[in-house]
Amino acid sequence: MIPAPFDYKRATSAAEAISLVGEYGDDAKFLAGGHSLLPLMKLRLAQPAVLVDIARIKDLSYIRDAGDHIAIGALTRHMDVEKSPIVLQHAPLLANAASHVGDPQVRHRGTIGGSIAHSDSASDLPATTLALGATYIAQGPNGTREIAAIDFYKGFLESALEPDEMLTEIRVPKMNGATWGFQKFNRRAQDWAIVGVAAWKRGTESGVALVNMGSVPVLATSVSKAIASGASISEAAELAAAEAEPQSDLNASAEYRVHLSKVLVRRALESVNS
Amino acid sequence: MKVSITVNGTAYENDVEPRTLLVQYIRETLGLTGTNIGCDTSSCGACSLHVDGESVKSCTMLAAQADGCSVTTIEGLAQGGEMHPMQKAFMENHGLQCGYCTPGMVMASISLLKENPNPTEEEVRIGLEGNLCRCTGYHNIVKSVLAAAKAQ
Repeated sequence: MIPAPFDYKRATSAAEAISLVGEYGDDAKFLAGGHSLLPLMKLRLAQPAVLVDIARIKDLSYIRDAGDHIAIGALTRHMDVEKSPIVLQHAPLLANAASHVGDPQVRHRGTIGGSIAHSDSASDLPATTLALGATYIAQGPNGTREIAAIDFYKGFLESALEPDEMLTEIRVPKMNGATWGFQKFNRRAQDWAIVGVAAWKRGTESGVALVNMGSVPVLATSVSKAIASGASISEAAELAAAEAEPQSDLNASAEYRVHLSKVLVRRALESVNS
Repeated sequence: MKVSITVNGTAYENDVEPRTLLVQYIRETLGLTGTNIGCDTSSCGACSLHVDGESVKSCTMLAAQADGCSVTTIEGLAQGGEMHPMQKAFMENHGLQCGYCTPGMVMASISLLKENPNPTEEEVRIGLEGNLCRCTGYHNIVKSVLAAAKAQ
């Protein structure tokens, strides 16, 4: 399977990439690792006229300790997130989730920014960064702006990014010793999750987000509220799907997804990883 | 567009369409057919090869993205008529049945040992999760990788 014809442009800076995409408008797409976009193009579900390859913008691949949070360049690959001592120390939930994306070959190419900008609710990193209360930095022709993860996901494969805006950085608050769990339920290794859960807990504070429980990644705020008011993990986990609108597909019915979400939220919150 | 790609130590410069996949370039432009196309959807790993020393699925990468990179395929492993230790380990441990997944398995396994030189059996199984064997010959494939790790 070969994509429909397109023009290929390579950008060496974010500013150049943004101006190239601005030039071609809606017909242009950013290409990072290509592991979400190229499969869609091969199936002709996407047919952009122009690809602006941003993968070689070196200064957007980094992981920095920034005090109360860690800053991750959008073009940092999953494999680098998974193995980064800074991420392992301060956001181990994110490192673990990154290690569950696809398989090693996919993680050698795919990027954290690409995954988030693609905004697939079935992907692991949108929900994980949502659970962690991340902030995304977007750069456009008129400068940069911050978008909270909770305001970012607008619909199926749809984000708050404008067509000529590029995701440049992901800011993840440090977990400061919180316990955490990442649960991914699938039928075959390397598949997307049928349902996934990213969760952390520190005393009565917690963050819980669901993978593939609707058209956008879901923050399970009812679970966190219940824990804050003294409910047990088992009691709180029963509220897992309160904010979700899961769909039925070939892998699972909506009812089964609701059941899975409760089980997986409980398991994730009971995890003693820290 | 022009791409300059070093494949198995030889520098090539070719004119390709931007939509040319790396696996197409390797197989059709260069005639190196040891790299197989299996699922063509980045699931099976048959098309695995190395770009700058790391395993990738060449059905999900454009030749344009490999411009300026160094690519190694299964044909580039043997040196001076001597098989690569991973190839030898697959042969000695009967790590293949029909052989279709083998080039991808070998390339993924070499990359795996580079990142984790002394893996446990479980780590080998997880590390090869991106490569499918339709003969279900995983037992001897895992044995081969462990043998190659031991022989290093």
